[in-house]
Amino acid sequence: MSGVLRLQGVDVTFGRMTALHGIDLRIEAGERVALIGANGSGKSTLLRVLHGLVTPRRGTVLRDSGAGQAMVFQRPFMLRTSAMNNVALALWLRGMRWREARERALLALGRVGLGEAALRNARVLSGGQQQRLALARAWALQPRVLLLDEPTASLDPHAKREVESLMAEFALAGMTMVFASHNLGQVKRLATRVVYLEQGRVLADAPVDQFFDRVRLPVLSREADLFVKGEIA
Amino acid sequence: MNSFSDSLARALQLIFTPDPTLAEIVLRSLAISGTACALACGFGIALGAWLGVARMRGRAAVLALLNTALAVPSVVVGLVVYLLLSRSGPLGFLGWLFSFPAMVFAQSLLVLPVAAALTRQVVEDADVQHGEQLASMGAGPLLRSLLLAWDERYALLTVLIACFGRAISEVGAVMIVGGNIDGFTRVMTTAIALETSKGDLPLALGLGLVLLSVVLGLNAVVVVLRRWRLSRGDAGLPSAAVAS
Repeated sequence: MSGVLRLQGVDVTFGRMTALHGIDLRIEAGERVALIGANGSGKSTLLRVLHGLVTPRRGTVLRDSGAGQAMVFQRPFMLRTSAMNNVALALWLRGMRWREARERALLALGRVGLGEAALRNARVLSGGQQQRLALARAWALQPRVLLLDEPTASLDPHAKREVESLMAEFALAGMTMVFASHNLGQVKRLATRVVYLEQGRVLADAPVDQFFDRVRLPVLSREADLFVKGEIA
Repeated sequence: MNSFSDSLARALQLIFTPDPTLAEIVLRSLAISGTACALACGFGIALGAWLGVARMRGRAAVLALLNTALAVPSVVVGLVVYLLLSRSGPLGFLGWLFSFPAMVFAQSLLVLPVAAALTRQVVEDADVQHGEQLASMGAGPLLRSLLLAWDERYALLTVLIACFGRAISEVGAVMIVGGNIDGFTRVMTTAIALETSKGDLPLALGLGLVLLSVVLGLNAVVVVLRRWRLSRGDAGLPSAAVAS
């Protein structure tokens, strides 16, 4: 198989609503792919399909069997226990012994600057800290592919910068990333490739510099034009 | 009205004057309901947590039955347990009828649907909100149900209190399977019924006040625990609400 992730003709429906139509996508190792589009365009559903949380009605999803995956959500869920236990739990669920998992959790927390908060209840951490904790939880799993669903959408500017800088560090380490975002500045800073979705269809898929140089892009749609201009979210 | 105030005054006198008979009845009631509650909650919370997460065929029918069981009168439960434990019944060989285990058994059956149904609702709500994230980490339905039940432990404490309240305040089941035998199977509710029928209103009222005090005490514990949680900033709020 070519690429760490490959989708062929994927359709997803929820009841009568079709969320994704005939998606073909191939993601190569080391790419940083930004999924953009207005609300309801299918970004989150596409990420869930890539992570196996949503089963397509039609089409195939191929994953490189050697590439571990992890996913970070917009509002990460933390159990009512310490930050360290939250990270260790993710490792334990992957089959690691609890003692070893806690040791690795401490390393991961140090990696995202939360070493001192290791024993604090994860629920009392700030939004930015919880998102960094979610990144630590994902990083601890040492995935080759990291999927992120609008990881900075509900954060203040300072926390946004912290999370973004961690994402940049992970990318430098060679991690393949697919992230949904409404923040075009962030997309320009982090992505190597942009996939634009509208009403469940891929309307554009291009390297980041080409995507934002609209002269080279085919005329997409009025919605795409407004989205890129920042007039709709 | 005078009769009520006189009875109340004598009832208070009984409560504050050490009375071995009253103490024995109260302790027996607590022991029976506490044991029944522990047994029913152990099984009911596990069952409810699993039902909150599992998606299988016939689930709707199981939930409908479970919710119906919430409304089963305690005398009906008592009757069923009586038939099961009577000498000719399928569990007659146990020889439990008119004994402590029979009363625990009846109250456990009565409380089990309460524990399971309330836990199911709590865990299902949590699963709708967070189940996907646990699934994304590789937690299957069984582990998810256990993790979510553990995470909602403070909410389940309220379930526990509700179950205990249901157990200690029922009279029909323990009356039928216990027989209200003095010094052996007499509990607060059966004693209240008996003393009222005999016209000994002060003792009945005293027992009623003790019963209310026990439930009030338990609710006070829940309130204190909730305040303690709030003081630690752990209100069980969604992550976004905690963040500021």
